[in-house]
Amino acid sequence: MLISCFSVLILISNVSCLYFHIGETQKKCFIEEIPDETMVVGKYKVEIFDRNVNDYIPTVYGLGMHVEVRDPDDKIILSRTYAAEGRFTFTSHTAGEHVVCLHSNSTAWFSAGQLRVHLDIQVGEHAVDYQQVQAKDKLSELQLRVRQLLDQVEQITKEQNYQRYREERFRQTSESTNQRVLWWSIAQTVILLITGFLQMKHLKSFFEAKKLV
Amino acid sequence: MEHFTFILALFATLFCLTYSVELTFELPDNEHQCFFESIEKGTKSTIEFQVITGGHYDVDMELTAPSGQVLYKDVKKQYDSFTWTADASGIYKFCFGNEFSTFSHKVVYFDLQVGDEKPLMEGMDSQAKAMTLMETSVQNVHEDFKTAIDYQTHFRLRELQGRSFAEDLNERVMYWSIGQSVVIVLIGIGQVMVLQSFFTDKHKTPSAT
Repeated sequence: MLISCFSVLILISNVSCLYFHIGETQKKCFIEEIPDETMVVGKYKVEIFDRNVNDYIPTVYGLGMHVEVRDPDDKIILSRTYAAEGRFTFTSHTAGEHVVCLHSNSTAWFSAGQLRVHLDIQVGEHAVDYQQVQAKDKLSELQLRVRQLLDQVEQITKEQNYQRYREERFRQTSESTNQRVLWWSIAQTVILLITGFLQMKHLKSFFEAKKLV
Repeated sequence: MEHFTFILALFATLFCLTYSVELTFELPDNEHQCFFESIEKGTKSTIEFQVITGGHYDVDMELTAPSGQVLYKDVKKQYDSFTWTADASGIYKFCFGNEFSTFSHKVVYFDLQVGDEKPLMEGMDSQAKAMTLMETSVQNVHEDFKTAIDYQTHFRLRELQGRSFAEDLNERVMYWSIGQSVVIVLIGIGQVMVLQSFFTDKHKTPSAT
């Protein structure tokens, strides 16, 4: 009874409210900049525009969504085709920009319709479903609240570590830029001197050849 | 069982009523992207957006109520935040436009918060029953953490903006210095050639006459 109740809950929570429109063959990407070991949960639902009803209706003929997730090194960490409504989860292993791309598996070339995509992406602590946690671990209200606080602290710590890492990388970039500017200005002075020297040498031999000096 | 279905129905509406989403997306040049959200009457909502990279870091934003009334409209904003209370239930539409730029591709972040946070368990509302001191302080800590996470997000975005600007600048400086070296060498050769032509002409003119 309880299990069936929760499965229904999960089904309901699949229907998210924010939506946007894309062409049937279009691809839409979203960027999530996240620390490492962070869980990302995405839920989506796709509907297709029906000219007869003049409204968006749930797709019927096996139209699904292809979800592709790339990590900061451009490596694919998730690439799967799901049904018209679904949920995808991934955990980051390297910190940085993760790109989540959605496109339908439609093969329509002409007369491609409009799709309405409901999407909800939750990161880290927001992705945890406390209803399920409570049901699984049999926690009291206070325990559940404390659990949420712990998750939040963990998230803040991860984010801070990531920020420290990025600050370090940024500083390294700045320092190397500084070095390169220094070397480059020296090199440019050398180029200037060499050019001047070659000019003089060339002109001297020219004047001597013309018997002007 | 009826009780359960009632809770389920309540939860279903709750899911729509209380909602928060953060998305970062790419906005190509000459394009606009719209998002829609269904909001119940009387719900307080906040939208925040920020341009992370591209061009002059600006974007057009327009928020339209279900009646077609424009609630917010601004052009070429780098970042902004807008809070409103829905005076009608329905679909609210917000669009980001990049029509004014012909070649700069932008990355835009937005955070939409509709209503209050979803309670951890059903029936666990702060108004529903008196909380113990412990629960209240846990709730306060939770709120503070939420603020901390929020600030972190903003800080991260500012940092990202700064970094992308620095990288852009670095690239431009590099190309310009390569260009400058080429210019030096070309001027060097040009100077010699011009000088030679002067003397060649002077020499030739008297010998011709």
